[in-house]
Amino acid sequence: MTSSSSMPTTAAPQGVKARSPWRDSRRWLPYVFISPFFILFGVFGLFPLLFSVWMSLHTWDPAAGVAAMQWVGLANYKYALFNDDWFHTSLLNTLWIALLAGVPQHLVALPLAWFMHTQLGRWRNAVLGLYFLPFITSTVAISLVFGALFSREFGVVNQALASLHTWPLLGGLFPDQPVDWTQPAHLPTMISAVVFWRYLGWNTVLYLSAMQTVPKDLLEAAAMDGAGPVQRFWHIVLPLLKPMVFFAVTLTLIGNLQLFEEPFILTSGTGGTDQAGKTAAMHLYAVAFSEGDFGTASAMAWLLFLLVTAGTGLNRRLLGRNA
Amino acid sequence: MKPHHYAQKSAQTLALVLVLAGGLLMLAPFYLMFVFATHTDSAILSLPPPLWFGDALPDNLRTLMTALPTLPQNLGYSLYVALAITALNLFFCALAGHAFALMDFPGREPLFSAVLATMLLPAFLGMVPTVMTMSELGWMNTHRALIIPGACGAVGVFMMRQYVGAAVPHDLLDAARLDGCSEFGIFWRIVLPLVAPALGTLGLITFIGSWNNFIGPLVILSDTELYTLPLALRSLQSTGQTPWGALCAGAAMAVLPLMLIFMLASKRLIEGLSAGAVK
Repeated sequence: MTSSSSMPTTAAPQGVKARSPWRDSRRWLPYVFISPFFILFGVFGLFPLLFSVWMSLHTWDPAAGVAAMQWVGLANYKYALFNDDWFHTSLLNTLWIALLAGVPQHLVALPLAWFMHTQLGRWRNAVLGLYFLPFITSTVAISLVFGALFSREFGVVNQALASLHTWPLLGGLFPDQPVDWTQPAHLPTMISAVVFWRYLGWNTVLYLSAMQTVPKDLLEAAAMDGAGPVQRFWHIVLPLLKPMVFFAVTLTLIGNLQLFEEPFILTSGTGGTDQAGKTAAMHLYAVAFSEGDFGTASAMAWLLFLLVTAGTGLNRRLLGRNA
Repeated sequence: MKPHHYAQKSAQTLALVLVLAGGLLMLAPFYLMFVFATHTDSAILSLPPPLWFGDALPDNLRTLMTALPTLPQNLGYSLYVALAITALNLFFCALAGHAFALMDFPGREPLFSAVLATMLLPAFLGMVPTVMTMSELGWMNTHRALIIPGACGAVGVFMMRQYVGAAVPHDLLDAARLDGCSEFGIFWRIVLPLVAPALGTLGLITFIGSWNNFIGPLVILSDTELYTLPLALRSLQSTGQTPWGALCAGAAMAVLPLMLIFMLASKRLIEGLSAGAVK
């Protein structure tokens, strides 16, 4: 809290004018300081959002402009919910990819962060850097490169899988034929692999920073009682980390349910064979900018928003404070 | 006791090997991108693919320039947009952070909560109406449509409030106010120098975010020469036979500056990016 001294900041002349609120700059100056954010958010954030509700209730030819808007009530929502098969497919794809990319991220990031926290000492930041680098690089650039890595004939991924197949014992787990990653059965796996690669380090960082707050003496006491690293992780760290797990899973949910760039680039903007790699955000983009149906696209955006809200609500029930 | 100890030691070693191998696996796509950038397409398409650097980089760059004649402009615009957004964010976010952290005014807490709440809005909700707004303003196919809306981000305001609050001693502030220093003078001469490290972090984060931005330019920009780098690279996909070597060379151009930034400031970046989430 700032101490509000009664001294005026500017040397106001004595007399009645000093009482005018406009002379006392400390009254209005804070609002000037914060106004850029609120002006920009109002014009480019809030207004478009409200306008989008309005658009979702209308239909019009975008070439004819806003003047040609016709009120259609909930027809756009009904169309999206009951008639647009591609929208349903894209929603299912989104959910599937969100799970396939999201669940492993956290299952790997948690023990990985624990290992880095307890075992790596001064090498921690260097190793963490390796895992974190994908998070800050251009999704588009790297997704283009992944297109080459996942190619059926010459892709390095298939090469690696083929050589793993020749291993004794575990080799049977890996395919003996080159995988065609563009086929509907494999496309979501490929997209999820790229998303997993990109966000694993981010989640590891989140869990690592939460582990700093676990009391050291608690862990030392447990170690004295003979608890190994695995037991300490399972019985002490994991329960204390629950708020961060909830938070990190929420971020993953919000991010994965609006996934766009990775699938867009990996399928060259098409959604892939049978649209198996088309996410809801991609479908929304196509409806708006390929078909020019801004009204339906806006309705879909709000339906997707409902899904994100429901997803985070469900997550709150499962992992939140009261669970 | 001994065998138990031995088992634990070997488990730790196995875990270490797995974690290091995983780390190298995370780097593999970058490595292969650089390697492929130095090979001809026929070498990349051969079995097994090349795993060490070749000598076809000049050829690939030539192919890249033929396929994307506007590449120098695209690079320049990426830099211009990213630098403009970064400069504006540093100034406006620090200014708002100053007000939220150091000044008393009615409505401060609710207004700050409002800033935080805007972070929860999913980006796709704004995609279609933003395009409508920009075409009404006549800003379609301009770079200011990318710069102005992003000139003062909520994350930046939040971050600067935290840092200004922590870094500026109240005695110093009160002394400056008593001396008749104007509030903007305090901001410019006292607060900004004190939060310089935080400004550096915010600057890096903002720059990287803009440099990588794809959806914004995708819906706003339509002229190839106005494209930013990710859009330009993406247009290589639509050419029937993908020129893999050239594409990897172009991707390397987009990634290399970020890798350099990361090598120089990884600790600060990781802390800065996670600070907003953790606090």
